Amino acid sequence: MSRTDWEVVIGLEVHAQLNTASKIFSGASTAFGAEPNRQTSAVDIALPGVLPVLNRGAVERAIRFGLAIGAHVAPTSVFARKNYFYPDLPKGYQISQFELPVVQGGEITIRVGEGDKAYEKTVRLTRAHLEEDAGKSLHEDFHGMTGIDLNRAGTPLLEIVSEPDMRSSAEAVAYARALHALVRWIDICDGNMQEGSFRCDANVSVRHKGATAFGTRREIKNLNSFRFLQQAIDYEVQWQIATIEDGGRIQQATVLFDPDSGETRMMRSKEDAHDYRYFPDPDLLPLMISDEWKARVQADMPELPGAMKARFMDEWGLSAYDATTLTASKEVADFYQATVSFSGAGLAKPCANWVMGDLAARLNKAELDVSASPVSPAQLAGLVARIADNTISNAIGKKVFEALWNGEGATADEIIDRQGLKQVTDSGAIEAIIDEVLAANAKSVEEFRAGKEKAFNALVGQAMKASKGKANPAQVNEVLRKKLGG
Amino acid sequence: MINASLVELRRALDARQVSSVELATLFLDRIAALNPQLNAFITVDRDGALTAARAADARIAAGDAGPLTGIPLAHKDVFCTEGVLTTCASKMLSNFVSPYDAHVVSLLKAAGAVSLGKTNMDEFAMGSSNENSFYGPVKNPWDATRVPGGSSGGSAAAVAARLAPIATGTDTGGSVRQPASFCGITGIKPTYGLVSRYGMIAYASSLDQGGAFGASAEDCALLLSAMTGFDERDSTSLERPVEDYAAALAAPAAGRPLEGLRIGLPREFFAEGMADGVRTAVEAALAQYRALGATTVEVSLPNAKLAIPAYYVIAPAECSSNLSRFDGVRYGHRAGEYTDLPDMYGKSRAEGFGAEVKRRILVGTYVLSHGYYDAYYLQAQRLRRLIAEDFKAALAQCDVIAGPTVPNTAWALGEMADDPVQMYLSDIYTIAVNLAGLPGLSHPCGFDAQGLPVGLQLVGDYFSEARLLATTHRFQQATDWHQRRPACAR
Repeated sequence: MSRTDWEVVIGLEVHAQLNTASKIFSGASTAFGAEPNRQTSAVDIALPGVLPVLNRGAVERAIRFGLAIGAHVAPTSVFARKNYFYPDLPKGYQISQFELPVVQGGEITIRVGEGDKAYEKTVRLTRAHLEEDAGKSLHEDFHGMTGIDLNRAGTPLLEIVSEPDMRSSAEAVAYARALHALVRWIDICDGNMQEGSFRCDANVSVRHKGATAFGTRREIKNLNSFRFLQQAIDYEVQWQIATIEDGGRIQQATVLFDPDSGETRMMRSKEDAHDYRYFPDPDLLPLMISDEWKARVQADMPELPGAMKARFMDEWGLSAYDATTLTASKEVADFYQATVSFSGAGLAKPCANWVMGDLAARLNKAELDVSASPVSPAQLAGLVARIADNTISNAIGKKVFEALWNGEGATADEIIDRQGLKQVTDSGAIEAIIDEVLAANAKSVEEFRAGKEKAFNALVGQAMKASKGKANPAQVNEVLRKKLGG
Repeated sequence: MINASLVELRRALDARQVSSVELATLFLDRIAALNPQLNAFITVDRDGALTAARAADARIAAGDAGPLTGIPLAHKDVFCTEGVLTTCASKMLSNFVSPYDAHVVSLLKAAGAVSLGKTNMDEFAMGSSNENSFYGPVKNPWDATRVPGGSSGGSAAAVAARLAPIATGTDTGGSVRQPASFCGITGIKPTYGLVSRYGMIAYASSLDQGGAFGASAEDCALLLSAMTGFDERDSTSLERPVEDYAAALAAPAAGRPLEGLRIGLPREFFAEGMADGVRTAVEAALAQYRALGATTVEVSLPNAKLAIPAYYVIAPAECSSNLSRFDGVRYGHRAGEYTDLPDMYGKSRAEGFGAEVKRRILVGTYVLSHGYYDAYYLQAQRLRRLIAEDFKAALAQCDVIAGPTVPNTAWALGEMADDPVQMYLSDIYTIAVNLAGLPGLSHPCGFDAQGLPVGLQLVGDYFSEARLLATTHRFQQATDWHQRRPACAR
């Protein structure tokens, strides 16, 4: 049986760290990178007698997420204790939500692939629930011992669980990226994957095409980059298929991905699975969310990517592809909208081209985020406007952009003036240049007359060069044709 | 002075007849003399007490004294006390000096009360005899061969023996009321949520509630008023104004001061199982209540018999999780030698916990396990609701419910050591009250043939602490059971 006879089934569990200033059940700071155990209150280290108090900010972020994905935000949800012993779990249980999560259902639309093969797909969410993070066990630096850093213990997490709706690693990555963009868009998570603010677990199984039952799944834990997510799933899928085709069976298990070898390896089997002995946490009352609270959160909600995309298409005439690209992240969308606010809606399309084209390429080369762009929206809008009004050509525009990037002037106008880049549209001046070019390039003129269209382009190029790029290309074309009697 | 009421002590302090330092010294000296036999205290904080007493004297001199300023008291060793050993009577915490004060402790400190030390208890508040203590059993001041009750046995014995005028306790299934009954003093467990649990080391979170011990309802009222109040650090703390329970006692004592009070007598509590001496004393007390103007009416709590099985699912379930933090990693006992992490956990906990604690952790772990949760834990929660509904129906027919606090009087040390279930059954009258979250009070109402105190329990509706205390106060104005003292305190 060949690889194409198999269908891949993937569901993701994502832990998004909520960007509250303090922890979910204590007042300690959640800032990353402090000295070990300096951001730990009596509650975080689970001293005898301490009690948790729920952080409203964490709940508000969960509500915001629920509303953003069209989910049911439960009027009553319950915190439960997940009991297990581990040194970085100070209470011996994690406070989480089990039977009644705060967010139930919802969906996210993803765009998979590029170009003609691109397609949209809706991934359903099962639930999202609030819970606290554990601390960290530090196995290096302590010879024969383990260090415990509880700074992270009690950091609020939203665990976002999808339905097993994805059918390829590409879909899984597209979903993870869309989710990543969304949590940053609605400002509930900083999305910093290196610092572990957004971590993915992937449940992967395979089945024969056409089968209705799911295959046995294995869960790949703690994938902290989209690249690892893709690699881990791809490896896992080929491993599962090979195992079955070799006559083996998949055992339910939790596995880890080793980026060095590119392989997944078993962490524990189903037999070793903990019995977490969930029960409602008697220290916390059920979480009640009123309609009023939801309405307040809704009122504070920024425009969501879907709505913004539709607006870009309807009001500004962008293509679906452009609108999708420009709403892929809050930062890009913010930059783009700011640019259009300076340029006017009439220039929305050229602004889009610049943001997605030259600006994106330049940022990428410099490894900068759009929010750190040296060229501001106002500067970019000024540049676009000068191209649009024919003050400069598109080619000169690229030069001006580079000059803005390098801080050679405060505005496009200043750079155009100072560097004398203003387009030459004076027909007398252009005719003089062309006469010179024709005189100096008799061979090309002859070739053109003999029917070689290429020779015409060479002459245009010479004319542009002679004008130092400042001649209006359309005018050059027109005058040249006239002079050649074409 | 050792038998003075808090009102009398207040008057003496304010009139400078005695200083707080003198008072603290008096009780510290009594502890030094009597504790070696009674074992009521685990830690005596002489220096801390004298420092606090000097501060209290300064407050009194400055005219800044509240009702408890300068009054000595003792804290059950379940309450965290900053800078003072806080053991929960467990080897597990035998080295634990708390870096913070429990809410109750800080409230009483702020009120100017002078903590003499920390009282003995059943380990992690699990027990009804105070025999489950790493520090050894507490002896009943009335008869040193008998138990003081538990789990707050040290606090009850300390107040009965006048090693402290008042003491704090906690009550999860009767742990204030039962030792109050055994030691012949008054003890109140308020409505769940009235006293903050912050800093009160958890046994069973949904049942644990701080309470007060005193010789009389009046003393309990003064202490309880200072212990209650909303605490934002406890999510189950109730946000309501603090009541002055002592002020509620002030109405003048008329001839029939309880005229109109309907006392409900649960048929099930009087049916069987009660020792003769207990029955006689309780019935005499009820006659006294009638003489004071109250009427008695029979009520029924048909599901009360289910309280013990429900409790012994819910409390162990919660404790199995609450005690997980005692793992030897961050504080508390850690085994001296171990091979790896599971071995460290296993040995530290095996060495650190006593038999009863282990028993309840095992039971709790079992009832929460996959496949058993519905049959045990959920079923117990259903029973809990039925029990609460029973009380609601009964309290629609009466103002307070009365009955014996315990079916018997204090038993001999070691008598039930090999029969935990028999000991569990002795909490039959008190446990249902915790399951319902209602306030309950035990006051002395006589003695059995062996001269051991008998307690009467009053249970009221939610937030009826003032009524329970006032009702008891009327009884105590007309009787002197609460003024009887064991030989060591006469």
